[in-house]
Amino acid sequence: MSLALQTRPDFPILERRVNGRPLIYLDSAASSQKPRQVIEAVKLYYERSHANVHRSIHTLGEEATALLETARDSVKEFIGAEHREEIVFTRGTTDAINLVAQAVGRAFAPGDEVIVTEMEHHSNLIPWQILARDRSVKLKAVPIVAEGFLDLDAFDRLFTERTRLVALTHVSNVLGTINPVGKIVARCRRAGSLVLVDGAQAVPHLSVNVARLAPDFYVFSGHKMLGPTGIGVLYGRREVLEGLEPAWGGGEMIKEVWLDRAQWNELPWRFEPGTPPIAPAVGLGAAVEYLGKLGMERVLAHEQELTRLCLDRLGALEEVTLYGPRNPEIKGAVVAFNVKGWHPHDGAALLDQDGIAVRAGHHCAMPLMRKLGIVGTLRASFSVFNTPEEIEVLARSVANLKFQL
Amino acid sequence: MAWNLSFAVTGRYHRSVLYSSVIHERFRRPRFRGELPDPDAQFEDVNPLCGDRVRMALTFGNGGIAQARFLGDSCAICTAAADILAEMVHGRAFSEAEKIGVSDLLSRLEADIRPSRIKCVTLPLQVLKGALGQVGSRT
Ligand SMILES: Cc1ncc(COP(=O)(O)O)c(C=O)c1O
Repeated sequence: MSLALQTRPDFPILERRVNGRPLIYLDSAASSQKPRQVIEAVKLYYERSHANVHRSIHTLGEEATALLETARDSVKEFIGAEHREEIVFTRGTTDAINLVAQAVGRAFAPGDEVIVTEMEHHSNLIPWQILARDRSVKLKAVPIVAEGFLDLDAFDRLFTERTRLVALTHVSNVLGTINPVGKIVARCRRAGSLVLVDGAQAVPHLSVNVARLAPDFYVFSGHKMLGPTGIGVLYGRREVLEGLEPAWGGGEMIKEVWLDRAQWNELPWRFEPGTPPIAPAVGLGAAVEYLGKLGMERVLAHEQELTRLCLDRLGALEEVTLYGPRNPEIKGAVVAFNVKGWHPHDGAALLDQDGIAVRAGHHCAMPLMRKLGIVGTLRASFSVFNTPEEIEVLARSVANLKFQL
Repeated sequence: MAWNLSFAVTGRYHRSVLYSSVIHERFRRPRFRGELPDPDAQFEDVNPLCGDRVRMALTFGNGGIAQARFLGDSCAICTAAADILAEMVHGRAFSEAEKIGVSDLLSRLEADIRPSRIKCVTLPLQVLKGALGQVGSRT
């Protein structure tokens, strides 16, 4: 059975009709829909086990703590981390990147350098801009070339002995480019620079193994991988986290406190001040169990097929411009495009009339849009439940745009 | 695989009308789009949601706005709103132009604008207010 046929009954939202048509949800890169298994796990947690974690001695507190920590173990397994201490729960990718920027940035000196790329989401750019401003750190960007690949020669030239950290996305949320992070991580590690990989668009789509990839930091969001909003993950290599001062203070991240000082808690709690997003973490645990059962190889193959079909279909339309690599084998599950004569927002509003949800705009990547010389694009993105038929409907609706207005 | 595309473009098909005819008309054939050489005031701003940019240029005369033109790489709603707004202030006293609000613009657009797109209407208005704020340059 195809992955879509198998999984569709798990997604209650797919029963919805939008503007009188069956919902065709092609916006999973912005936020994915949730299977029953995730919704149920969250519901069950609230109905049966909710209490604050770690500090409670009573039964519910113990259950909630166990559920939270089990979710951590599930995430650890899912991304192939070696130690549970390496899995820090955050509010999302953005939160995780800000945490790293705060924590590592403290040790940066004026004139130190951070390298990003031209294809970063604002969430992997602005925290570094803030650091650059606060600590007089120099921010550099690796340019993109051709269909949207990083210019690795330029990267080599940008890299100096002052380079303290490289922050780059694993998969571009616009172009879909899968970056050669293995090579880049190895290069950074050899040269003694820290490296942060933004996996927000990679973890939902590829089989990621952080132990093999061995970056210093790898971050992603639960809500893009069938999990709830309000939960994300900062994977930090144990040796790196051990040497790092916490970014933010509060309860839970301390072992012992005096009025004028405190002793930090063990990993990973040192980086989790305050009451964590317990229910979302439980939901994320259920989401990775769900994806794990499907098998990420199968998920990848399925989404690549959809990407290939979408590129073929939209590419065959004269009025359509495609962005990013044309080869689905080196591309995430996103297809960005524009339709001649159409502003992306008008295009998206018309597709919505056909029940099709696509993203339109700059996708939080304004520097990339500027580089491409456009205001924005439409973007279709895929998940486990999408079918080839849905892509056909998309292509038909896009083709029909030219008869509108 | 030979994909057959012919079914996709067999002809016009029916959708509920999304935008009002005013918006269609103004977007396809704006009347006040263009440059004003030597403007007395001009202002530009951007819609953070979509990156759309609108510029409004004005010339002043007789205690009011002599001419108004807009430029922008923007969606249908925003373009139509800018075009109508330029028409509304063209040849008007400052005091009248300053009084124009979102509801005036909406009623002229004859459209039911969804909350997610209301910024497309308010952006031109914001840009106009910015240009009108350049009091010092008034002659
Ligand atoms: C590549 C990339 N990085 C970061 C983010 C930010 O994720 P979040 O908004 O969940 O923090 C996104 C999603 O919008 C993304 O696509």
